[in-house]
Amino acid sequence: MYFVVAGGGEVGFHLAKALLESGHEIMVIESDRRRAAFIEEQLGSVVLNAPADEGRFQLEAGCQRADAVIAVTGEDPVNLVICQLAKWNCSVPRAIARVNDPKNEIVFKALGIDETISSTRVIMSVIEQELPSSGFLPLMPLTGSHLELIEAEILAGTPSAGKSVRALNLPRGTAVGGIVRKGGVLHADEEVLLEVGDRLVILAPTKDEAEVRKALSG
Amino acid sequence: MKIVIVGCGRTGAFLAGLLDSGGHEVTTVDLERSSFTHLPEGFKGTTILGNGTDLDVLRQAGVEKADALLTLTQGDNRNLMSAQIAKEIFGVKQVIAKVNDPIRATTYREHGIGTFSRTSIIGTLLEAMLMGDPEVGKVLIQKAKAHEAQMAERV
Repeated sequence: MYFVVAGGGEVGFHLAKALLESGHEIMVIESDRRRAAFIEEQLGSVVLNAPADEGRFQLEAGCQRADAVIAVTGEDPVNLVICQLAKWNCSVPRAIARVNDPKNEIVFKALGIDETISSTRVIMSVIEQELPSSGFLPLMPLTGSHLELIEAEILAGTPSAGKSVRALNLPRGTAVGGIVRKGGVLHADEEVLLEVGDRLVILAPTKDEAEVRKALSG
Repeated sequence: MKIVIVGCGRTGAFLAGLLDSGGHEVTTVDLERSSFTHLPEGFKGTTILGNGTDLDVLRQAGVEKADALLTLTQGDNRNLMSAQIAKEIFGVKQVIAKVNDPIRATTYREHGIGTFSRTSIIGTLLEAMLMGDPEVGKVLIQKAKAHEAQMAERV
């Protein structure tokens, strides 16, 4: 596949390298001359030394035939504009933006950029998976939706222990997919009373993660 | 009208002063506290210190109730992002972003975001003045001169 990586900082450089190693064709657009020269030295003639937020350079980089444009500069407004221009002018099938401020995930979606990666969120989810004592693990985002998969354990002394699924009052648009109890799986009926040690598998809108956490652990 | 201006450099502060003395309710937003020194003496509007592309800062600036929002920072992309947030998320009716790149200005205008490019406006004006087509900018220059004279008088 052909990928255009907009921004040749640390993220862009290593992404480009990894894509090349897995056999893809790439072009990096980097505006800093010295940085562009460094990448060319490391990866070969796969760099366009130009600003990626200008339409004509996106065309020059071949965005019209790219399978995806991935905007990974350190600035959210720049990544937004790169993705919008790539969609509008080059009709790229996928425009993926790195967001630095996690709040901007919602902003980007509202402005037509559905695929975002927040390094803050990725690191947070790693930390949370490393610290299972909190009992709340966002496992993964679900592709093509604004949903994520969460695993949550019912801990002693939390308001959710002893409640029914219905009484949890989870935010709208959230579903409990199943309950893992004593190694077996239980159908998540609305009336099932939750016991300490139960692990819930939940599908929830990403934006409501904090609310789900609150409903479970108070 | 209730107007939010993001970016309080020379242009932003100049406009804030004009609208303020015209009786409008003006809020200016800037990342740097020192930028607010550009505002004219006796400015009655509000100043908010913060990033104009941040939802919470815009909310604090009262964008939810604003009639118009103008983005006049030095960054085209920042201006476009703030303006789009105001229009698409907060439903502000009139948004205008300063976009110095004329091509980007056109593209976003086609997508419903009001833009103007200092580059093309000043370029067009200067060409007309040089080539003996003074009508093009006559009213504009007269008005600008009047504003300048007023400001100088106050100082």
